[in-house]
Amino acid sequence: MSQDAPDLIDQSAIPAPVAEGIESLEPELARELAVQLGLKPEEFDNVVRVQGRLPSLTELYIYSLMWSEHCSYKHSKKQLRKFTSSGTGVLQGPGENAGVISVGDGWAVAFKMESHNHPSAIEPFEGAATGVGGIIRDIFTMGARPIACLDSLRFGTLDKPRQRYLFDGAVAGIGAYGNCLGVPTVGGEVYFEQAYEGNCLINAMAVGLMRESELTRAVGSGPGNHVVLLGSSTGRDGIGGASVLASQEFDEAAEDKRPAVQVGDPFEEKLLIEVCLELLKQGKFVALGDLGAAGLTSSASEMASRGGVGIDIDVHQVPQREDGMQAFEIMVSESQERMLAVVEPADWPDVQAVCERWDVTCTIIGTITDTGRFVVRDSRLPASADIVADMPAEMLAASAPEYDPISRRPTYLDELQNYDLSVLLSTPPRIPPTLARYAGLNASAEPSKVAESTAAAESDKIAKTGAAFSPTSPSSSLAVCARALLASPNICSRAWIWQQYDHQVMNNTVILPGADAAVLRIGDTGRGQMSRRGIAMSTDCNGRYCYLDPYRGAQLALAEATRNLACVGAEPAAITDCLNFGNPEKPEVFYTFERAVSGLADACEFFGIPVISGNVSFYNESFGNAIYPTPAIGIVGTLEDVAQAVGLGFKQAGDVVLLIGETNAELGGSEYLKLFYDVVAGCPPALDLEVEAAVQAAVREGGQHGLLASAHDCSEGGLFVTLAECCIAGNLGASVVLDDNLDAVFSLFAESASRIVVSSSPEQVDKLLDILAKYEVPYAVLGEVGGSLLSIDADGRVETGVTGDATNTTTIATAGDTASAAQLEIPLDELHRLYNDSLAQAMGA
Amino acid sequence: MSFRFGVVVFPGSNCEQDVVYALDYLGYTADYVWHQDHSLAGCDAVILPGGFSYGDYLRCGAIARFSPIMEAVVRFAQDGGPIMGICNGFQVLTEAHLLPGALIRNKGLKFLCREVPLRVEQSVCQWLKPTTQTLRLPINHNEGNYRCDAATLKSLVDNCQVVLRYGAPDCAPGYVPERAPGYVPERASGYVPERASERVSERVAGGAPGSMPSSASDAAGLAGAAGTAEVAPNGALDNIAGICNREGNVFGLMPHPERVCDGISGNSDGIVFFETIAQRLCAV
Repeated sequence: MSQDAPDLIDQSAIPAPVAEGIESLEPELARELAVQLGLKPEEFDNVVRVQGRLPSLTELYIYSLMWSEHCSYKHSKKQLRKFTSSGTGVLQGPGENAGVISVGDGWAVAFKMESHNHPSAIEPFEGAATGVGGIIRDIFTMGARPIACLDSLRFGTLDKPRQRYLFDGAVAGIGAYGNCLGVPTVGGEVYFEQAYEGNCLINAMAVGLMRESELTRAVGSGPGNHVVLLGSSTGRDGIGGASVLASQEFDEAAEDKRPAVQVGDPFEEKLLIEVCLELLKQGKFVALGDLGAAGLTSSASEMASRGGVGIDIDVHQVPQREDGMQAFEIMVSESQERMLAVVEPADWPDVQAVCERWDVTCTIIGTITDTGRFVVRDSRLPASADIVADMPAEMLAASAPEYDPISRRPTYLDELQNYDLSVLLSTPPRIPPTLARYAGLNASAEPSKVAESTAAAESDKIAKTGAAFSPTSPSSSLAVCARALLASPNICSRAWIWQQYDHQVMNNTVILPGADAAVLRIGDTGRGQMSRRGIAMSTDCNGRYCYLDPYRGAQLALAEATRNLACVGAEPAAITDCLNFGNPEKPEVFYTFERAVSGLADACEFFGIPVISGNVSFYNESFGNAIYPTPAIGIVGTLEDVAQAVGLGFKQAGDVVLLIGETNAELGGSEYLKLFYDVVAGCPPALDLEVEAAVQAAVREGGQHGLLASAHDCSEGGLFVTLAECCIAGNLGASVVLDDNLDAVFSLFAESASRIVVSSSPEQVDKLLDILAKYEVPYAVLGEVGGSLLSIDADGRVETGVTGDATNTTTIATAGDTASAAQLEIPLDELHRLYNDSLAQAMGA
Repeated sequence: MSFRFGVVVFPGSNCEQDVVYALDYLGYTADYVWHQDHSLAGCDAVILPGGFSYGDYLRCGAIARFSPIMEAVVRFAQDGGPIMGICNGFQVLTEAHLLPGALIRNKGLKFLCREVPLRVEQSVCQWLKPTTQTLRLPINHNEGNYRCDAATLKSLVDNCQVVLRYGAPDCAPGYVPERAPGYVPERASGYVPERASERVSERVAGGAPGSMPSSASDAAGLAGAAGTAEVAPNGALDNIAGICNREGNVFGLMPHPERVCDGISGNSDGIVFFETIAQRLCAV
C-alpha cells in the first residue's frame, strides 16, 4: 500500500516558535502514545518534522486529532476533488462549516449533512441527539437560522432486539433534540438491512435560512482581538471522539468506548442559537465557529489557519465542569454546545450583555496573534513554563497527510451482477413468517373474492408454517406478495418515526413528512409578510444498489433525489452528501468509494448540480464486515410558489392515472428479491440520465402549470407500492391496467428508474399529454382514480419470455395462465392497515 | 379596536414567533414579553407559548413558574385578564396553580406530533364560543397526559371548565380520519388566505375545513362526562385537551392553534380562539 506520508513539509514556510523549552515527550513514549492515539509511524515522523523536535503531550494529542481521518479527510480528499462545488447561486462551497446557496429575493440557504454513526452505535439516544446538535451548530455558525432537519438512517433488521433498541433510541434522540430546539424535522429516510447490523448509520442534515448579507465565516482575523468561548463548560466527555470512535472499526471493545460519546443539552443550544444570531446581526463577531469533532483544537486551529493568523489560548480560562483537567483534555474535549468567537475588544461589553440576558456563559480564553502559531498555555503553571503547545497553525490544519489508497475491484461484484435471477424467480416466493404474522395477512382478504380468499388461505398457511407458496396459484401469490411488500419495514409508512418529531414548528411546513420531498415556505421566520417562495428537501440513497454497482448506485441516488424534487414541483439547486463506507485502507472498500464518488460526480455534472458541503464517514465496519457503500444525498431545491407544490395522494375520483417513464424487466437489488428470496443480487435498475432529466422536466412543468393533481415517484417495491401510496395518502381507490407487455411480477415490483405516477383531471390531461410529447418521454395511461379498492390488472397482454435485457428476462411461476390471473384487488382500509401499522408492529407495539 | 396581545418568552420557548406570526397574520398587534420583566402593562390579553422552558429537564413548567413575569401573570389573571397557555404554556399555568391538575408523560412514552380531531364542549371559556363544535388542531408534546383527582374533575365538569376533548377514536397513525402520509394541502391550488374578517362560526358551519371527516364524526356520539372511553392519543384523563378556570379567563390547551391560522397546511381551525377573544376585547 502506498501509504507513506509524503514529505511535503516546507520547513521555510513554518513560522518561528513562540516558546522555548517546551517539555517534549521522551522518544519511546512519544512513539508509543502516537500509535495509541491512531497516528501511523510515518505520520508521527511528520509531526516531528513540522515541530522540529519531539512533540509535547498536548501537541501529540492535538496532531493525532487534526490528522485523524475524521478531521483531515486524508483518504478521501483526492477523490472529493471530482465534485463540482461552484456554480451560479453558490455563495459558499465546501471548506466552511456548511455550504450556502442563494435561493432568490436576497434569501440564502445554508445546509449540510453529517454522520454520527459510531457514537450512535454505542449509545443511540445521545449519539443521535448530539449528531443533530452538531449539524445545527454548523448551520447557525454561518449566520443562518436553522429551519429544518432531515435524517438518513440505517439499521439492521428489526427482528433483532438490539436493532429495535438502536432504532428506537436514535429516533427518540433526534426528536428530543430537534423538538426542544424548535427546529422542525421534516423528512428523511430509513432502511433496515443486515449489512448495518453492527454499524448503524445516523446521518443528520440541517438547513438554515438567512439574508445573503448575513453570511458569516469562521475566519479569524485582527491580532489583538479576543478569542471567546460561549456556551457549556468543558468536561471530560467525548475525549477522543474523532480519533477513537470515528476513525476506527468496531470490535469487542466497542462497549468500552461509551465514555467517548458526548451528552447533549438542547436547551443550552437553543440559547446559543438566539445569542449567536442576535450578536451576528449586531455585527459583534469578527468570526464564529462551532466546537465539533476534536473540540477546541480543531475550531481554534481552523479559524487561525483560514485567516492566516496565530492564536494564543489559555486553557485555565476555559470554564470546566470537572476538577483537575489537564491541558490536553481541555483542548480535545468534545463537550457539546460550545461556540468559539473572535470579538473586537470594543465590542466585548455588548457581547457580555447579550450573553447575560440569555444566561449564556461567555469567557475570553485567548487572543488572535500575528505569529502564525497555535499556542496553548496553562496559566496554572509557572509563567516561565506555562506554554504546553506551540504549533504552526496553518500546517496543523491544512497540511494533514493525504493518501492515495490502493483500489481493487471486489470479486463479489462480478459474481452478484451475473447472478442468474431467472432460475431464482422460477421458484416460489417465500413470505417471512414474522412479516406474515404482524401484517395479519391471514385475515386480510375479502371473502367474496375468489382470488383473494385463496390468497388469504395461502397466507394463513404461511403464517402458521412459514412455508412457501404453491406456484400453482399465481394470482394469490401476487396478492400476498403485494400485501407483504406494503408491510415490509423498508417500505411501510414512516409515520411512527415522524410523529415523534415536531415537523411543523415555525409555521412554514407546506408538505409534511411522508411525501416525496418536504416543502417549506421561506420568508421571515419571525413576524413578517407571508412569502410564497419555498424550498424542497429530500435525502436519498439505496445502499443495495450501491453494493451491487457503486457507480450506478450513486447515480441512482442522485436520480431519485432530483426526481423527488420534481414530484413536488421544485428545481434542484444543490446537494450535500454523507459518504458512508468501510475501511478505506482495504483496497476493495476503497474501490467502492472511488466508484461511488465518480458516479455521483458525473451525475451531478450532468444535472448541473453543485456539491456544496458534505462529510465522509469511513471505518463503518464491525468485526471486519463493511456496511453497504452508502453515499447518502441531501438535496435542496427551490419553488417560486409553494401554492404549486404537488402532493403524492390521489385527489379526486375520476382523475386520470398515468405512468410517466417505462418499466423494464429488472428486479436486481429489489426489495422483492430481498424480501421473498432473501437475495441481494443482479444489477441495479438501468439509468439513462437523459430520460431521467426529461421525465423530471415534464413533471415539473406539469406541476407548475397546475395540471397535476398528484405526483409520486416509483422506487423500492415498484409501481404497485407507488400506486398503493397514492391511494393511501389520498384515501381514494384506483382502477388501473398495466399493459406493458411484461410479466406481472416485473410490472408490479420492478424498481426501474425514471418513473413517476401522476394523476390529472380529465379536463387537463390533454394539456399534460402535450407536455409529455414535448419532452418526448414515454408514458402510459393506466386508469382512473376512484372507489374504495386499489384494483390492478397486471396481466395486460403478457407474453411469457418478454424481450428486454437478456440477463434479467425471465419467465416465472406467476406469469398469467388465465386472463384474470394477475388481477389484484385490495380494499383501501386494508392498504391503510398494512402500510400504516407495520412499523409499530415490527417494533413490537 | 385597539388592543394588544403580550406573548411571554421564557428561555427555551420555541413557539413564540409562531404565535406572534399568527396574530400578525390575523391583523392583531402582539408584543413579546421577556420572562425577566415584571409588568404586563399595555397587554390586553396574554399568551404563554409552547416550547421547552428552561429545557424542561424537570417537570415541565416547574422552573418557568418562578420567572419574574409570572407574578404579573398571576395578578393579571386575578384581575380577570384573558390568558391562554398553549402546550408548554398550559403546563406552566398548571404549575403556577392558575389551572388545576397536571400534565404528565404521554401514554406510550413517545412524543406525539400529529393533527387530532377535537370536540368543543359547552364551557365558560372566554377564548372559545360553544357555537363551534369540532376542530382539527395539531398536537405536539411529550407531556400532554392531563391528570387531576376525582373531586377536581367533578368540579371541572360541573362548572363547565372542560373546553376541549380529544373527540375521535385514536386510530393508528395515518388511518383514514388522521392525516395520511403526504397529505395534500386542500388549499394548495387555490391558496386563498383567510383573514380575520371571515366569520369563524360561519366558516365552521359551512363545512370544510373545520368539519370533521365523516368517519371521525361518530366520535360525537361519545359520552361527554367522566368515564368515557379513552380516545386521547396521550392518555389524558376524560380525554381532556383543554380547560379553563372557573371565571373562564384563564385557558390552557395542549394543541397548537397558532400553527393552523394561515391555511398553509390546508387548515385554518386555529383562528377561532384568537378571533373570539378579539371580539370580546373589542366589545369591552
